[in-house]
Amino acid sequence: MTNKTCLHAKHLEAGAKMVDFHGWEMPINYGSQIEEHHAVRQDAGMFDVSHMTIVDVKGSQAKEYLRYLLANDVAKLQDKGKALYSGMLNETGGVVDDLIVYFFDETDYRLVVNSATREKDMSWLMSVAQGYDVTITERPEFAMIAVQGPNAKEKAATLFSAAQKEAVAGMKPFFGVQAEDLFIATTGYTGEAGYEIMVPEAQAADFWQQLLEAGVKPCGLGARDTLRLEAGMNLYGQDMDETISPLAANMGWTISWLPEERDFLGRTAVEEYNRKADKEKLVGLVMEEKGVLRAGLKVQVEGGEGVITSGTFSPTLGYSIAMARVPSTIGATAEVEMRKKWVTVKVVKPSFVRNGKSVL
Amino acid sequence: MSNIPSELRYATTHEWVRPEGDGVYTVGITEHAQDLLGDMVFVELPEVGSEVGAGDDVAVAESVKAASDVYAPISGEIVEVNEDLEGSPELVNSDPYGDGWLFKIKASDAGEVEDLLDAEGYSNSIDED
Repeated sequence: MTNKTCLHAKHLEAGAKMVDFHGWEMPINYGSQIEEHHAVRQDAGMFDVSHMTIVDVKGSQAKEYLRYLLANDVAKLQDKGKALYSGMLNETGGVVDDLIVYFFDETDYRLVVNSATREKDMSWLMSVAQGYDVTITERPEFAMIAVQGPNAKEKAATLFSAAQKEAVAGMKPFFGVQAEDLFIATTGYTGEAGYEIMVPEAQAADFWQQLLEAGVKPCGLGARDTLRLEAGMNLYGQDMDETISPLAANMGWTISWLPEERDFLGRTAVEEYNRKADKEKLVGLVMEEKGVLRAGLKVQVEGGEGVITSGTFSPTLGYSIAMARVPSTIGATAEVEMRKKWVTVKVVKPSFVRNGKSVL
Repeated sequence: MSNIPSELRYATTHEWVRPEGDGVYTVGITEHAQDLLGDMVFVELPEVGSEVGAGDDVAVAESVKAASDVYAPISGEIVEVNEDLEGSPELVNSDPYGDGWLFKIKASDAGEVEDLLDAEGYSNSIDED
């Protein structure tokens, strides 16, 4: 049985090509994935991300629970609405999922986790919650629309009430606010400014239509993938999973090592991994000649062999980019086997484009 | 329903063939094929002057999604390639039967064209996919 979001009919109306995405029938594109990509880099595009799982965590021990559940430390969150990106690790130091947590107060948080891992995540959240005074509530009654691009905020704001405009005025990146019937957050998965907006399901189709009329271009999962990869953002299940250390997935910055006395799930295992001599890391690869680096391709580097975890043609740069998990001894270049021949590619930090421009 | 012009002949591997006279045939990929592949990002074309056999992989259509071999539908010599695709591979998506053509073959055995599918045959073959 395939799940459909409440915007399904709007996608068909816009001529979407639908595909199965981990049990959800979702738009892959509405004609041209590359045009959609450019719309987000140059103007404004929108994505239906209603399939993602919204979970509220409330209770007197919500903060303690999340400090144990997550590798990043929610104690850093002091300002109401501030968001934090974190991995949720298992005992062996692998990544159960990556997520965003919004802080309202020390008894009230909201998580957004991946849809592909929904059932696993929910049972993980529930099992870790044993013994804590917390209530964990899924919020499937919200649709979620990401509006992204240099003109996204301005175009989205044309739909906002006076109170909503006031609520988001001057809001910094990585914050969320409940403003009347909308939860509006300055988060995203594209490397552009914009909002992720949670809207009650009953209003979602109408909201989508108004965004269309405001000149926001519908974008599918295809463009979402090329945008996030250009921005150097991980995709769960591809760039990391339960068997991969966050340190081998460019998620070291999301681990709060201090204070040392904070115990979090997977702490011992990631500390152990960190002491290892034969660590791996996630790097960026750039290939300026013809061809496209693809996930699964082998990478030969100084000191061993690695693998491309995500690869694509970068519409912004006009050549192929990839993320690869490789031995940390890697130098400035690597060799990739492309269609029966070895090609030398450049090794860079896993971040390629931000705010419409190359960061290479 | 995808556009399958009735005046062309087709290979089951999704190439189309159009006679240009003098035994020369233009080859491209069908609208159905470009739709399956998605946005084209690179097209690797054969060398002009090379001899190819029917069924040989002679070109690569690389899209955002995958790299896909393109096969010579008939045997002969490559007499021209579409150089516009170097800078504008998206022509394969926007105009697969026109400006998005790939290469021209001077047939060594024009009889091979008769072995290709007609529009109806190709339409049936993709319905089975």
